[in-house]
Amino acid sequence: MTTDDTPLDTVTVDLGDLGLERGARLLLRRALDQVPAGGEVTVTGSDPALVIHLTAWCRREGHTVSPAQPGDGGVRARVRRGGTASARWAGAERAGGPEPGGAAERAEPHWGLAARGALVEAGGPEVFFPVADRDTAWTDLAPRLYRQATAAQWDPWTAVAWDTSFTLPDEVEAAVVQVMTYLVENEQAALVVPARLLVQVHPHFREILQLLAVQAADEARHVEVFTRRALLKNGVMGTSSVGGRASLTSLLAEPDFSIAAFLLSVLGEGSFLSLLTFLERHAPDPVTRRISHLVRQDEARHVAFGVGHLEYRARVDPRLRGRLRSAVERRHDALAGTAGLNQDVFDALVLLAAGSWAPEAIARGWQAVQRLQADMDEGRRHRLSRLGFPDDEAAELSQLHTRNFM
Amino acid sequence: MNGIVLGAVAYDPKVVTIWSGFRSWLLGQGLEFDFVLYSHYERQVEDLVGGRFDAAWHSPLAWLRTRRLAAVAGAGVRPLVMRDTDRDLTSVVVVRTDGPVRTVADLKGRTVAVGAADSPQATLLPLQHLREQGLVAGVDFDVRRHDIGVGLHGDHVGGEREAARALMAGEAAAACMIDANHLLFAQEGTLPAGGTRLLTRTAAYDHCVLAAGPSLDETSADRLSQLLLSMSYADPDVRHLLDLEGLTRWMPGRESGFAQLAAAVESTGFYDAEGRVTATGYRP
Repeated sequence: MTTDDTPLDTVTVDLGDLGLERGARLLLRRALDQVPAGGEVTVTGSDPALVIHLTAWCRREGHTVSPAQPGDGGVRARVRRGGTASARWAGAERAGGPEPGGAAERAEPHWGLAARGALVEAGGPEVFFPVADRDTAWTDLAPRLYRQATAAQWDPWTAVAWDTSFTLPDEVEAAVVQVMTYLVENEQAALVVPARLLVQVHPHFREILQLLAVQAADEARHVEVFTRRALLKNGVMGTSSVGGRASLTSLLAEPDFSIAAFLLSVLGEGSFLSLLTFLERHAPDPVTRRISHLVRQDEARHVAFGVGHLEYRARVDPRLRGRLRSAVERRHDALAGTAGLNQDVFDALVLLAAGSWAPEAIARGWQAVQRLQADMDEGRRHRLSRLGFPDDEAAELSQLHTRNFM
Repeated sequence: MNGIVLGAVAYDPKVVTIWSGFRSWLLGQGLEFDFVLYSHYERQVEDLVGGRFDAAWHSPLAWLRTRRLAAVAGAGVRPLVMRDTDRDLTSVVVVRTDGPVRTVADLKGRTVAVGAADSPQATLLPLQHLREQGLVAGVDFDVRRHDIGVGLHGDHVGGEREAARALMAGEAAAACMIDANHLLFAQEGTLPAGGTRLLTRTAAYDHCVLAAGPSLDETSADRLSQLLLSMSYADPDVRHLLDLEGLTRWMPGRESGFAQLAAAVESTGFYDAEGRVTATGYRP
């Protein structure tokens, strides 16, 4: 076969004994690609059904076939290329570029599930994704965060020494169980929210989907380890309060990508970084300490994604901060009539930090939980400043954050 | 409500997709167009000639009957367009490569597997071809029919596939099918690669045709034809419909490719001269 890149008017393809039902089509297509529409491919080959099958195949593909004339050497048929194959790709376009920098400002509905950078045939079904503008979900940090996230995955079954021997006083164990129960319901919110956001985002922005998918998978592992620790000794979970669930439910109701990421990752998971640090420090047993440590690493990544996205979006959309402020105020008003943090959780945190029921120990524990709340507030104010809020406004908004922490 | 109403036979669910898509496209071009679906061709033929709708997407057999009924009724009918893939088809009679049949004459006294009674490509045309080779079905050889989708005039591939299976199962010495399905059955493994040999092949014939009935005025018919002929495979709005319907472009309709089928109808008495259904055992 001719291999010159320049289109020729005639090329010859020898199919050997290969029939069209066994792959000769590939050789034919390759030969036809080398001639322009109207050009001719001369076909040789020994399959007895070749001419019949070639006729049927060419009819369907829009090519014209003429059987060879007697005395035409070993030629079985001549195929004149039709214009169908090139017509199919006439209006095709690249769906942006494959690298993160090649993400289009707006992902077209008809690109659907095509790989970014693929040559997309025109037409086809339009798939509606609510988040199709790059600025609505994007952060330049996404590729790096995804790489870190995949490298930092840990196995809940082996990353924690579940068989470590320890015994706690009953009331301390009950405090751990209560905190774990609280953490499970918070992590379930943190699992559902990114999973809901994920299905909103046009797959063109694949790094965002990848990050949200890993984030949801992270939370699934957190649910696993917190549940397992809660049940480790006595097999019974703690309590779940109306106020806590009301706070978390308000996260599920937020339809806007950026606002949901703000409430969950920047304010909620940001506050949880302080809580997990607290738990790692005051954990009464090595298993609780270890899982607090592992989970905190993951949560730090989620916070980085949320802050990174909102920093990016605040740069391109000056009205964003006003909307974030409204969202915090709206949520505060909605939760004003609820009890906030489950009292059982608060008391459990005090007891864990106290370590015993001695009044002076309880006083220390109380102080420690006060410091925890101050740390959470400071962290929120710091992250709000990064998003461009002036200090006084950051302080005010931080105070309006849910008393449930998440 | 004015506009052109077309009849088509619902031989497959994709027919709804195809004609709904064509309808949207034609409406977009400013042509009032709608369609109705029939469960078999015989009623579609009768209703077209009776003027109950305006144009029909017809099998070749339906077209021949339309001609006969219209002649009796004095109704004007004419072919408008056909697919590029409707022109110059052939059917093949194949045998097992390792079997005893070497020539057409070897079929004498044996069994030949065919498609449904009303399949032009898998029954009527190849049996007519064998008749012209000197072997009469039912006299010189037995016919094993595979009546799947009776009334669909062979649009349903099932009968042909069963004929191919009967050949490989040793229930028949030969099987009849359209050339493209011989390739399809070999690709999908119904026929093992290299397991069959071409015994004989019909001359080229034409297949489906979009026919105008007596209720369609010439201007509307021309407008419909022009629009269909203008459909381009480069247009993404219609390309998937053309793919589904199995064409790359519409061509002007012609009547030159139906002589073999007309001879088959004649010799088998499938329809009588007035277009009545007279085929034995044929009940759509």
